[in-house]
Amino acid sequence: MNTRKTEILVGLFMAVGLAALFMLAMKVSNLNIYSSDAGYEIVANFDDISGLKVKSPVTMAGVRIGRVSDISFDSQTFEAVVKIRIESEYDALPKDTSASIYTAGLLGEKYIGLEPGGDEENLKNNDKLKLTQSSLVLEKLISRFVDKFVDSDDSKN
Amino acid sequence: MQHFLQQLGHSGIDFFQRLGRAHILLGHILSGVPSMFTRIPLVIQQIYSVGVLSLLIILVSGLFVGMVLGLQGYNTLVDFGAEEALGVMVSLSLVRELGPVVAALLFAGRAGSALTAEIGLMKATEQLSAMEMMAIDPIRRVLTPRFLAGFIALPLLAAIFSAVGIIGGHFVGVGLLGVDDGAYWSQMQATVDLYDDIMNGVIKSVVFGVVVTWIAVFEGYDSIPTSEGVSRATTRTVVHSSLAVLGLDFILTAIMF
Repeated sequence: MNTRKTEILVGLFMAVGLAALFMLAMKVSNLNIYSSDAGYEIVANFDDISGLKVKSPVTMAGVRIGRVSDISFDSQTFEAVVKIRIESEYDALPKDTSASIYTAGLLGEKYIGLEPGGDEENLKNNDKLKLTQSSLVLEKLISRFVDKFVDSDDSKN
Repeated sequence: MQHFLQQLGHSGIDFFQRLGRAHILLGHILSGVPSMFTRIPLVIQQIYSVGVLSLLIILVSGLFVGMVLGLQGYNTLVDFGAEEALGVMVSLSLVRELGPVVAALLFAGRAGSALTAEIGLMKATEQLSAMEMMAIDPIRRVLTPRFLAGFIALPLLAAIFSAVGIIGGHFVGVGLLGVDDGAYWSQMQATVDLYDDIMNGVIKSVVFGVVVTWIAVFEGYDSIPTSEGVSRATTRTVVHSSLAVLGLDFILTAIMF
């Protein structure tokens, strides 16, 4: 085996290997839709966020404009504090934007949907959203429904 | 009974002695790494024999593993009406587990055994002693380039394995079974994370590359210089490195995910 041929084949091998890594990074992973530090952060407090995770998508009108970057618990107000990182290109959200937690599909993951308000001023870094709506917990919903059902049964008698 | 206890103690001491020798050898090999930057052709020659020559088996098995994952995953997921998640299933299992682990097992069988046999025969035919007579350190001259080559080649092989497997899964899932092409890629991209999944997979394969080549090189260097001794050392390489890969995989997975 002459050296030249070996070197060419090794060069090809390294190139194919690195191309495979590159393909995994670009085509398979979420690199192209997840830019880590760009953008600005806003904060929203929720009564109940059950099912929401760090990196859950944040959408407006169904388009993903950011991700949940941090979730913590406020022991004073007993609320969940959710930090949302919005991508820098969406920097003109009204100050009275409201946030609700929705479920994608019946068993799908939770995401935050933002609804624009009518304020002239825009949201800035570390601003707090005032209007929030908590995640729908299936058990609570069912128990409320059952309670109502029982109540209406009682009133008949 | 006394004989049995003697045996047990003997094999215990033997084990720790070998373990110690293996670590001393690793230190010796690593001490030769800086000098390799001036002798890159040696490393390239070894990357050829452990990397390029393993490429075919990696490509073929990667393709078939991906195709099997596509088929099995489809059959399971279609019951829940979730066949769009096929891409996620195929890519996560390949990138996190099967890519690094199966590539390392194949590498141990294909390249590790060859390394052990080569070094063992060098020892049996006294080529290593001859080098020492010429004041050349055989560990730095023979073992270090092989070790470095394994360390470089296995992560690349594992990445190729995963990439080919994902394409194989795509071929079966999208091409033959009719999963939507866009859903296959977009669900995959939404779920697989560059750092948590792909980088951890690469870290795994780097660890496996170090361990498998270390075991292979040590077994060869430590073998009894007879034909029987070399054949035993080759067997031990494959068995020990496969066990080490599977055991380490559990520990690494527990730490990472």
